[in-house]
Parts: sequence; structure tokens; C-alpha cells
Amino acid sequence: MPQWIRACATDDINPEDLIRFDHDGDTYAIYHAPDGRFYATAGRCTHEDVHLCDGLVMGHLIECPKHNGQFDYRTGEAKRSPVCINLKTFPVKVEAGEVFIGLN
Amino acid sequence: MTAAPFPVGQRDYSLVGPDSRRAVEIGLASAEWYHSDVPRAVMKDLMKRTDGPAIRDTVLWFALLIGGAWGGIYFWGTWACVPFLLVYSVIYGSSCDSRWHECGHGTAFRTPWMNDVIYQIASFMVMRNPVTWRWSHARHHTDTYIVGRDAEIAWMRPPKTLTNFLALFDVIGATRSLFILARNATGRLTPDEKDFVPESEWGKLVLAARIHMAIYAATVAVALATWSWLPLMLVGLPRIYGSWHMVMCGHLQHAGLAENVLDHRLNTRTVYMNPISRYIYWNMNYHIEHHMFPMVPYHALPRLHEVIKADLPPPNLSILDGYREVFASLRRQKTDPEYFFRKTLPPSAKPYREEFHTLNIARSGT
Ligand code: FES
Repeated sequence: MPQWIRACATDDINPEDLIRFDHDGDTYAIYHAPDGRFYATAGRCTHEDVHLCDGLVMGHLIECPKHNGQFDYRTGEAKRSPVCINLKTFPVKVEAGEVFIGLN
Repeated sequence: MTAAPFPVGQRDYSLVGPDSRRAVEIGLASAEWYHSDVPRAVMKDLMKRTDGPAIRDTVLWFALLIGGAWGGIYFWGTWACVPFLLVYSVIYGSSCDSRWHECGHGTAFRTPWMNDVIYQIASFMVMRNPVTWRWSHARHHTDTYIVGRDAEIAWMRPPKTLTNFLALFDVIGATRSLFILARNATGRLTPDEKDFVPESEWGKLVLAARIHMAIYAATVAVALATWSWLPLMLVGLPRIYGSWHMVMCGHLQHAGLAENVLDHRLNTRTVYMNPISRYIYWNMNYHIEHHMFPMVPYHALPRLHEVIKADLPPPNLSILDGYREVFASLRRQKTDPEYFFRKTLPPSAKPYREEFHTLNIARSGT
């Protein structure tokens, strides 16, 4: 069972955007998809050690700010080189306007 | 002036030598770079992708290519072919570089396949292996002008003026590119290529080289069959006789500026240019802006420039102004390879990140 950690309020993230969330020494990225859903992934790119929070969300893709590699943030799948390794994803639930991320 | 990041000594620009190891050891490799502050909402707007500007520019690009080729063929053998081939060659041999670059970043078009198609065409025109260069350019952005890490350092120190002057007509560069493609087509990669291209991509790299070489072989065969230079004037040779604009703009990007720093304001140059050059070069004259924020498409770079210019060194006012600075700096570097041109920041700017300038770490073997 994951441990649910509050990451932010739903209106902390604009639609089609993301924010960085740091917890317990790790960094996560929390996404607000254009369809209104929320998602969470590891906060750093798998190509190099770069925070994704400065990247660009387009639909269900996050583009890394350093070399424009892309991931599908719903599945973590690497979609465009130079990223080759998938991004780790985490479960998310929304309750009473709060976004929670499930961590083991 | 110019405290040097390392003591004077011979540089090793290879990606597997002592400078490479040292860059990793002291934290210069894959490091965090300085960025000007831009509010997130403004940056999101600047990063926004759209197909419109690149479709417009690409329709014009193909029109110029087709029109130039038509005139070159129709008037071949008379002086009237010259202006057509001049236009054709610059569009082929110079603007291929900026199209390769922007579509390689995936920012020119919003639609991915459009970026991919133009990237492949432009890679062929510029005689670059589309796989190798995607990765070498990623490294150039990670470690811009870090000695031993960046595979795209054009002016190595001490500078060889004659070699780089000859590069204006890119005989050397194009020939070298062709040899690299030929070597790759036989399945061979250098240690440098193996260093920055992941093994999973090596097969694609070899395949791309074989396709490029097959097109060149077919072109030579047609030239021999028709006993005419014309096929080569249209495919391959424009990379030499039309590359002067690419080389002219390319040398302005970093020549004479700092190496081994983590602030693009110290190692990269923004130059104001005329609209024709900006079309050919797809606004890459805003080069500090591009390196700081590679997510911003070429058509939004002038807007980005306005947003952050108070934090940047003053841009060069023209191509000529840029070259005055480049040549003055290169002249100094011939006798003092540690010298680089350090521009004064406006009072509104944050100070340079220059902790590595004051590092005094001995080069191994010196
Ligand atoms: S660091 Fe993310 S694509 Fe290179």
C-alpha cells in the first residue's frame, strides 16, 4: 500500500502545466493534464540530472528543458530522444481540492 | 580580462582524454548553468509551439530550392544560371544548418513528423549523420565549450586562422563530413562517437550513413552518365559553394569567448543581423538566448531577447561588429591561449558565474 503524501492544492497547478514537489530528499513532478486529471512522476529527467519542472507540458507530454526529450507523463514512457529510459510514475489521488502522491 | 580557468597548457579537445576526465572531476561536466529569471507564465508563452511560422518559412524554403534548381538547370551552360545557383546553394548549403538545428531540437514545428522530415532532409544537405549529430548537439548543450566534453568546439586554442578561414568555403569541413559518413557506412565508429551516442543507436547511425552515401553514389553515377557537373552542382557541391553564410554565422556563436564556464553569457554571443540572414539562420543570432532556453522556438527568440536583455551583455550590433570582436580575440589567443573576450554586463544584470575562472586545478601531465 502506498503512503499518501499531500503534494499541493489542485489550483496550485495551472491546466497543462506542472510543478516541482520535494519530499524526503527526493524530487517529484506533479502534472495537471488538459483533461483535468493529475499525474506524478520522478522530478528529474532520465537523460541527465535536470529538473523537469522548467519544462513544457503539451497535452500528455512533458518536454525536458535541457535537450527537448519528451515523456508521456501518464505512463512515463520515453517518447523522443535523447531520452531513452522511461520516467518513474507514481499514483495520484485528489481529495477535497488536494493532490496526494502515493509513495512506497 | 580574463583569469584563466586552468593553468596554461596544451588543451586536449578529444572526448576521452585528460581534459574530459578533469571536467568531470571538478564538476564542469553536466553541471547546472546560469539562467536569467523569467516568470513561468512568460516562459510558457515563449515556449508555446505552433506550426504556422515554420510552415510559412518552409514553403518559401522549398520554393527557393525548386526555383533555384530550375533556373540552374534551365540556364546551365550560360551565365544566367549563376544567380539561380547562388540562391540555391545558400539555401541548400547554409540554411540547411539552421533547419537541421531547429528541427533537431523539435521546436520549429508543433507537429513532430514535420520536425522529423525537415531534420532528415537538412541533415542530408549539411552532410551530417542525423543520429550522431542529434547526440553530439545534446552534448553541446549540456557542456557548451567545456574542453574535453563538447564535440562542437569550432575554434580550438590556440586558433588556426588559416584552417578556419578556409572553412569559409567549407572544403575541409564538407570533405571531412563525407569521410565520416563513408566510415560510418562501413559500420565503423570512433571512440568519440561511441562516447556520446548510446549503443542502442549505433545501428540507426550506420543505416543513415549508408542512405546518404547511396544518394551521393547515385548522383555521381548520373553525373558520369550525362558527363556533366550539373548533378553535382545540385546535390553535394552546394554544401561547399553555398556554405559561406552558415560558416559566417556559425563562427560568431562562440569564437573568442570563454571555455570551461557555466554561464552562457561568457561563452556565447548574440549578434543583431539583417532580416535575410535571420531567415537563413532562423534567428540563431540570438544565441545566448537559445542556449539558456533551448525550449523556446526560433520564431520566439526575438521576444525572449527583449525579456532578458537587461541581464545579458550588450549584443553585437552587426555581423561586422561581431567579427571585429572575434578577430581581435583570436589574435590575442594565438600568443595567449588562455585569453578570452569578457564583455561588460549592464548594471541591471546579475554578475557572471565565474567560480571556475578562479579555480587553479593543475592539468594532469602539465
Ligand atoms: S536532460 Fe532531459 S532530455 Fe537531456
